[in-house]
Parts: sequence; C-alpha cells; structure tokens
Amino acid sequence: MVRFWPMCATAVVAGLLLGGLTSGQALADGSGSATLDAARARGQVVCGISGQVAGFSLPDSQGVMRGLDADTCRAITAAALGDANKLKFVPTTAQNRFTALQSGEVDLLSRSTTWTLSREGNLGLMFAWVNYYDGTGFLVKKASGVKSVKEMDGASICVQPGTSTELAITDYYRLNKMKFTPILIQELAEVQGAFLSGRCDAYSTDASALATFRFSQGAKADDLILLPDIISKEPLGVMVRKGDDKWFDIARWTFAAMIVAEEKGITQENVDTFLTSTDPDIRRLLGVEGEMGKALGLDPKFAYNVIKAVGNLGEMWDRNITPMGVPRGINNIWTKGGLQYAPPMR
Amino acid sequence: MSAPDPRLIRARKAPKRPLRLSWADPRFRAVIWQVIIIGIVLAIGWYLVANTNRNLSARRIATGFGFLERVAGIPIGESLISYNPAEDTYGRALWIGVLNTFKVAGIGVILATLLGTVIGIGRLSSNWLLAKLTAFYVETIRDIPLLLQLLFWYTLLQGLPAPRQAWHIGDAVFLSNRGIKIPSLIWEPAHSWAFVMLLIGAVGTWVWNRRARAQQEATGLRPRLWPVALALMVIVPGVVWAAMGAPTGIERPVLRGFNFQGGGTVSPEYFALLMGLVLYTAGYIAEIVRSGIQAIAIGQWEAAGALGLRRSAILRHIVLPQALRVIIPPMTSQYLNLTKNSSLAVAIGYQDVVSIANTTLNQTGQAVEGIAVIMAVYLTISLAISLSMNWYNARIALVGR
Repeated sequence: MVRFWPMCATAVVAGLLLGGLTSGQALADGSGSATLDAARARGQVVCGISGQVAGFSLPDSQGVMRGLDADTCRAITAAALGDANKLKFVPTTAQNRFTALQSGEVDLLSRSTTWTLSREGNLGLMFAWVNYYDGTGFLVKKASGVKSVKEMDGASICVQPGTSTELAITDYYRLNKMKFTPILIQELAEVQGAFLSGRCDAYSTDASALATFRFSQGAKADDLILLPDIISKEPLGVMVRKGDDKWFDIARWTFAAMIVAEEKGITQENVDTFLTSTDPDIRRLLGVEGEMGKALGLDPKFAYNVIKAVGNLGEMWDRNITPMGVPRGINNIWTKGGLQYAPPMR
Repeated sequence: MSAPDPRLIRARKAPKRPLRLSWADPRFRAVIWQVIIIGIVLAIGWYLVANTNRNLSARRIATGFGFLERVAGIPIGESLISYNPAEDTYGRALWIGVLNTFKVAGIGVILATLLGTVIGIGRLSSNWLLAKLTAFYVETIRDIPLLLQLLFWYTLLQGLPAPRQAWHIGDAVFLSNRGIKIPSLIWEPAHSWAFVMLLIGAVGTWVWNRRARAQQEATGLRPRLWPVALALMVIVPGVVWAAMGAPTGIERPVLRGFNFQGGGTVSPEYFALLMGLVLYTAGYIAEIVRSGIQAIAIGQWEAAGALGLRRSAILRHIVLPQALRVIIPPMTSQYLNLTKNSSLAVAIGYQDVVSIANTTLNQTGQAVEGIAVIMAVYLTISLAISLSMNWYNARIALVGR
C-alpha cells in the first residue's frame, strides 16, 4: 500500500507531460475554405445523400446516383472543382446524417433534411439553400376509406425516428387532441414494408418522398392515396458545417446561379450560345466579365460549369421530380409564382 | 491432490524486503512500468476528451446533459409508465427506453433459461426422436445471425390478418398484425392488497421452508410445506380480495376505428424481439446445460439409481445441483449477451433504450452525450447481472469442509 500514492502521482505527472505534447496541435485553419482546400487536395467532394429515395437519390440500373439531391451534389461539385464527376456519394441514414457532416466524413449534406431553428442552433451546421419546399404528408391505403388526417384518431402511423416528421405528427395530434400509435423503424425499407403489410394505417414523411414511394409501387400505386392534408412546413435543404463561411458561400451561390440561369432561359444544351451574349447579367454569370468566381475563391466560369453539368434549377426538377408526377408548385422560380428567388449576382 | 487453501498461502508469505531504487529490483521495475503504462492510458484519454471538447466548441455544437431536462416532443409507441410528449422530458423518455429494455431482457432471460434447460436435457434423452430434434434445433438456431431471425419473426407477424379480420378466441383474445390483444383486469385497491398479501405469503413460505429444512436436518422428519404455502399464498390473498368486495371488472379489447381499444396489448415489435432473443439464446443455454449435466460423473447416476431413485428425481436432486456449478459461469455470459442483443430492437422498431437514445441524439444533435447514456445504461445492467450471478456462483460453489 505504501507505493500506491507515489505511483498515482507519478502517473498523473506522466499523463500531463504526454498530454502536453499533443495538445499543441490546434485545429488547422487553411486559407479561405478548409473544406474546399481538403476537397481539392483529395480531388473529390464527398456528399452525404440518402441513396434510397427515388427522385432524390437512388442509383439507376447502371449504378449512377440519380435524383434532385444527387444533382445538387453534382452542381456544387462542378462549382467547387470544375468537374461534376469529382464527386463521391456517401449514403447516410436519418440517424447518422448530422454526425457524418459534423465529423467531416462528408463535405455537405444533401439528404432531404428539413431546415429548422434547433438544427441550425444546436448542431453546428447551417443550411445553405432550400432545394425542395415540402411538407409532412400521409399515405394511406385506398381500402381504408380515409379521406383526411382528421379521421385518423387512434391510428398507427409508420415513421422514421429522428426525423422532423415525428415531431410534426406529435405536434399535430396534440393540437387536434387526437391520439396515435407511432411505429418507429430506423431502416427505410423496413418502415415502408411495415406500412405495406398493414402494420400501420398510414405512412408519414415528406409529401415528396411519399409521392415518389407511391410512384415506385408501379401498378399497385393506385391502391395508395396521398392525403390532401399537409401538416407542416418542411423546407428541405443543403447543409454545411459552421465555421467555413467560404464553403457555405459556394453552396449558396451555386443555387443562385442555377436560378438566374432559369430566369434567363439558359440550359445545359444552349449555355455555350450565351457566352457571346450582351446581357451584363449573363456575362457576369458565365464569367465572361466581372470577377464573380474569384470572389468565391473559384474558377471565373464556375456557374458555366454548374449549368454545363446539371442545367438550371428547372431542368433539375424536370429530370428528377416531374417523372414522379409531382407538380412544381411553390418550387418554381419567383418569376413563375414560386419561392425560388436568387439575389443579384454582381 | 487438491489445491491448497488460499488462506494458507497468505500465511506463508515471503518476508518483506525494503524497496530499492535500482533497476535490478524487480519490484522497482514493476512500479516504473506501471507508472509508464498508466501515464500513457491517461494521456490518451485526456487527449481524446480535450480534442472532442475543442472540436465541439470550435463547431459550436451544443454540449452537456442539459437536454435531459428539456421537453422531448418525440412520440413513443409503448411504455410501462405514462408519457406525454407535450410535457415530459428527454430524461423521462430515456427512462422509458431503459424500462423497455428491462421488459424484454428480464422476461427474455427467464424464458430462455426455461426453454434452454428443457432443450439441453432433451438432447440427452434416450428417446431418439427427441434427442435428434433438439440437436437439430440447437445447430440451426445457433448458426443463423440473430438480426436475420428478428427480421424473420417480425415479417412473419406482419403477415397476420388486419384488425378487422383478426383471428380470435371468443370475444376476448385477438391476434392481428397489430399484435395480441387480451382482456385486462380493471385494477382496483382490492387487487393491490391481495398482491401485497401474496408477496408477504411468499416470504412467509420461504421462512417456513428454511425452518422445515433445519428441522429435517436435526430430526430427519420434514414438516409438510404445501398446506402452509396454500394458506399463505392462496387463501389469505383470496380472503383479502373477497373481503374488499371481490371486484372482477374485466376490460375487453373492442375494435373501434382503426384498432382495438382497451385491454392489454403485446405489440408485434415486442413479441418478435422477445421470441427472437429467447429462441436464439435458448440454443446456447441448451448446450451449456447439456455440457453441465455431462460433466457429472456417470457414477453419480448409477449410485443414485442403486438407491432406487427415479430418473427424474436423480436429475433434480443429484445431478442438476452439481451441474449448476459448471453451468452458472457460462450462463452469466448468455444473460449478458441476451441483454446486449436486445439493442437490435432498433431494426424492428421496438423502442428500447438504444432506439430512444438514438432519436434523442438525432433531435438534439448531442451524439457524444447520447452514446454516453447508452453505454452507461448497458454497463450498469451488465455489471448488475455479473455481480448477482457471481454472488450466486459463490454461494453454490463447493465449500471445503
């Protein structure tokens, strides 16, 4: 027992000494954007997606990731590195998506994630832009005869845990003094299976995902009904880490560029013909004049690269969401009655 | 030769020598090495904590356990205690998760032990069919990953008919893809008191049993146990219940709207998880029981048989008590496994502590704290199981006389 205390003291001192050696390395702050520097060094942007939702991110028969979220990754990659193919997709779950971005495993998160105050306030993350203005909806079986959420007192509802959907439903039922039994399953395929097998009366998530899920059922799609009620606002956006404002700027202005392109009628097909345009807005957008790209730390033709890679915002929608039978509605650009409005690029 | 008594070893300890500050002294060397190793471990731990804290604050990610006090707002499907997402905190939500883990692990351990013991004994049966069937069971169930088994049972339960077409026994028990619905007793004070009397009666019976054994050892005559047990555990609680009005209110499940209302429920998620865990773990327990029984020398069976005991009596009074000494230590591992395996609940939507903590960390963004809660809960449960099993093991171990 005599040697116990001296030993402890020595151990603590040794620990402090060894610890002192390592504590010298502070978090390295690169020039401009640490995320951009890292992406350039590795020659790739790493983008977190779902990889499971048709219309948003789902591999096609050739294994190429398709969808609005996937194209969002491509657009930002084209802006950052000049080549939309210098991109690696990392599938994330509803549960691990924020950790993946916080820890630096992915450079940005484009995964149908709702922009909320607590997520921006608590997670150390921020939303660069909304790529889909959505809301929580309910999918039920036609055979159940349900016409509205108001009729669903006492229903069992299948939902993924850790989503803003589960909070929205809880709020809605609380507000309307109704009760429901949540069936919470992490794995998307299992939640959908539980709904199809009749374990739940309804399947709830963002209305967009419900529409694409219904569409993916093929001939059986007619047995399922998307209820008209949309019970919450779910602006789905692109997230980046806080503390790298330059990277945030790149993500934000990539969207602005795609919106301006749609306003001006510039598409993936005809973008080259606009290089000789006399419109100062277009000339600045495409990097023919001005130093817009440089201000972001990018190639002067970053917007040209984006449009060449994925087209304008409307093309992205038409390619991915229109086939699912969802009208564009409020997701249109502002000149066509929608919410997508770009600040001037000057 | 038997191992020497540890108390004797201590008595013969070598005389103490003073510690020399020389590399030649093995005790001094040992101290130095221990200091270095503890120092390295502490340094790594300190570095990890400091690094995490630095990065969390650099990224402005919220830290601390303050979120436990915040209103949760997350829905919870099944709970042993009342839960209102509008008012209750994350702390309470997590506690519900812990209770749900207990609910599946506690009942799972009991059922797995019973089933495993029966199957283990079955493997040693002289009945060819029984021995082969149980052997087949053990080999099959142990060789399929537990997660697949859980998904299999859950999918199977989803194949049951919808509530409106539920299979039923009379108007009382309904089996549908929403689970098993059974009538439940409307709980009244009379039931509580009868239950309290039952507990007191059980303690009384235990005391009587001890006295009976002492008397048997002293005189060779064993007083009857069953009349006392009957009186204390059945008649007294029954009389109390009758004296308080003998309430027999029963609540039956009734199909109303989307689902059955009223009555008790066993959800498909819970049932699939329990069934998967019990069947899987029973396969291992069966092998432990079989090996434990086979570890008892055949001479014990023969000697007991020569005394004229029946086979079942030999098993119960001679073989199993001795086999327990071999069985208990590996059994502890199986209980720990079952408890930890219950975290696979997330795959099939049963809300155990992992599921609720996952949701919590996702809604609050506090991953480090959420994982810490999960680890603390499992560590506590596992240590409790280990300690109680070690205590039991020490109690039944061979005592040198």
